[in-house]
Amino acid sequence: MKTDIVLAGVGGQGILSIAAAIGLAAVKENLYIKQSEIHGMSQKGGEVYSHLRLSDKPVYSDMIPLGQGDLILSVEPLESLRYLPFLKKEGWLVTNSKGYLNIPDYPEIETLVKEIEKIPNHLLVDADRIAREAGSLKAANMVMLGAAAPFIQVSEENLEDAIRTLFARKGEEVVEKNVKAFRAGMKEAGEVS
Amino acid sequence: MFLLGDEAVAQGAIDAGISGCYAYPGTPSTEIMEYVQASKTAQEGGIIREWSANEKTAMEAALGMSYGGKRAMVCMKHVGLNVAADPFINATITGVNGGLLVVVADDPSMHSSQNEQDSRYYGKFAQIPVLEPSSQQEAYNMVRVGFELSEKYGVPVLVRLVTRISHSRAAVVPEKPDRRKELKLPQNLKQFVLLPSIAKGRYRKLLSSQHVFEEDAAESAFNQLILSENATKGVVACGLAYNYMMENFPEGDFPFHMLKLSHYPVPEQLIRAIYERSEELVVLEEGYPFLEDVLVGLPAKDKPVHGRLDGTLPRDGELNPYLVGKALGLPLEEPRGIPAVTVPRPPTFCPGCGHVDVYKALNVAMEEYGPGRVFSDIGCYTLGALPPYNAINSCVDMGASVTMAVGAADAGLVPSVAVIGDSTFTHSGMTGLLDAVNKKSPVTVIISDNDATAMTGGQIPAGLGKIEQICLGLGVEKEHVRTIIPLRKNYGENVEVMKEEIKYKGVSVIVARRECVRILADRKKKAKAGSEK
Repeated sequence: MKTDIVLAGVGGQGILSIAAAIGLAAVKENLYIKQSEIHGMSQKGGEVYSHLRLSDKPVYSDMIPLGQGDLILSVEPLESLRYLPFLKKEGWLVTNSKGYLNIPDYPEIETLVKEIEKIPNHLLVDADRIAREAGSLKAANMVMLGAAAPFIQVSEENLEDAIRTLFARKGEEVVEKNVKAFRAGMKEAGEVS
Repeated sequence: MFLLGDEAVAQGAIDAGISGCYAYPGTPSTEIMEYVQASKTAQEGGIIREWSANEKTAMEAALGMSYGGKRAMVCMKHVGLNVAADPFINATITGVNGGLLVVVADDPSMHSSQNEQDSRYYGKFAQIPVLEPSSQQEAYNMVRVGFELSEKYGVPVLVRLVTRISHSRAAVVPEKPDRRKELKLPQNLKQFVLLPSIAKGRYRKLLSSQHVFEEDAAESAFNQLILSENATKGVVACGLAYNYMMENFPEGDFPFHMLKLSHYPVPEQLIRAIYERSEELVVLEEGYPFLEDVLVGLPAKDKPVHGRLDGTLPRDGELNPYLVGKALGLPLEEPRGIPAVTVPRPPTFCPGCGHVDVYKALNVAMEEYGPGRVFSDIGCYTLGALPPYNAINSCVDMGASVTMAVGAADAGLVPSVAVIGDSTFTHSGMTGLLDAVNKKSPVTVIISDNDATAMTGGQIPAGLGKIEQICLGLGVEKEHVRTIIPLRKNYGENVEVMKEEIKYKGVSVIVARRECVRILADRKKKAKAGSEK
């Protein structure tokens, strides 16, 4: 069993929190994990990604080999396309449909959607809307984690526990908002796919 | 423990009983010191762990702690070792008293750097043992072994990391901690006096140790030679490249002879063993073709050696499992392409950043002189090179803005302007400013002071609150040390100050001071959390 996940987004969108939640859940299931992160200059409003590798056997490379990723989980549609070389043929592309427009030449959203729809296994989620409805726009990353949960080989209960652990420091209200967002994302994925 | 490679090094050092960690922040090495600073064990044990003004001062302080018989670690990014090269090389001649570990994180592919130099060459240049981990666990273990080697042979030991080790997390199993050492002077109180008469003897001692360094490497548990029955090809995988090779053979069933190399100097015995059994060799290494160069140069070479030099692997940039698989002749499928519509999203200034206000005003103040006169430096403000600002014309190394402006003014480019951050100024800009003052150079130095080493995450800078005093102390005239606040509401006033000082035919300094917006936001968040408690 292995799940190789490329997490993608823009600096500040909380992809490292997604990585941390999946990591915690995977630790609970006694899986081997490697998680590479991007630090430094590119964090500042630029493209950010993380490779997360879960397996029941030891993991060698910190980077996912090209063409072998099982899942691209992106909090931003343009960013979801940047890492397609890592996705295997039957892999899933799960992305927020709402663009983060901080560059002057941001493509038309319809063009991006067309490219995303070329991937046979794709799931477009309006995470911003769902997060707002769940009580916090900031939790869009957890909506996306929920939407991608069916494609990650750790249990949904352990993911939810991980979210609780991760946000416990910030108080009960923040925990509940994030759990609610996670569940709403999961529900959305269940309805669409 | 689930640790970044950097954190594994830090935990390894704490467990190895260091008494001091010295560093200047730089991607991808910053998290080593940050982990030591946050560690409760380090706090309780009184481990010295403040940022240094630059990598050279860090290296020298670490050597001083070693003089006192205690274990010291010094950490930096690859280009930092250029700054610290003088004490680094000379520390191999003085030797050490307490163990001295030099940890350098290279950045192949230049994710956040000006070049992709390979620190293994520095290790060879310095003629000391070098350890290059292939995993986070090895990074942890190598720190302990590094200190033991350092004390056994009385030399500094270099640990070379690369971005994908430094910034990747994996499980690490710690070992039982060592006790910290007591203060103890060197047996020979002249050991550290590098007068030629003493240095010659010390250098001969270093040279006479070379063969034992190599014997150690040949027997090291970090190096591993596996010869197969029927294989004709041999693969030498250095450091991280070992993982990329194994990724292609997860069951360990690789059909060739294999040498995993993580402990240098290059052990000739192991190289010869794999060379003799193979009809051809493939060399996999992250960074420069360090080992390949050695093998290609073998006088008796009669077998092909493949790697970065013959085009089997790209000459520059990072390796990955795919490139390595291809180099080993595996039938890998072409990965998908990136759709043409995927435009890059370069890093940008944070909303509300003070550097932006500096550049907006400077661009207007410089209009009358035309483009091509602004030298800048390493930091967030280097983003001023990008549109829409296009405000700067250089970014070379820490401090070069000031001295390049001086040289350009010497060449007749008057006025010349330097833009430098506060932390870069105290790192290596101050001495250049002294040059400028002594020769009365017609330059204006703008110190964009955000009270932080912001690009690496907001570490506490060396010049906090002292920038004007430093400039005055270096001899800049009082009326030409001006302080402005880079805010939109001060725009007109700031343009005027800049125009006045740029016009002045001597050295002028403008300190543009406003706290980094990110640090301000973090501080407010913390204050709010504190008041709620």
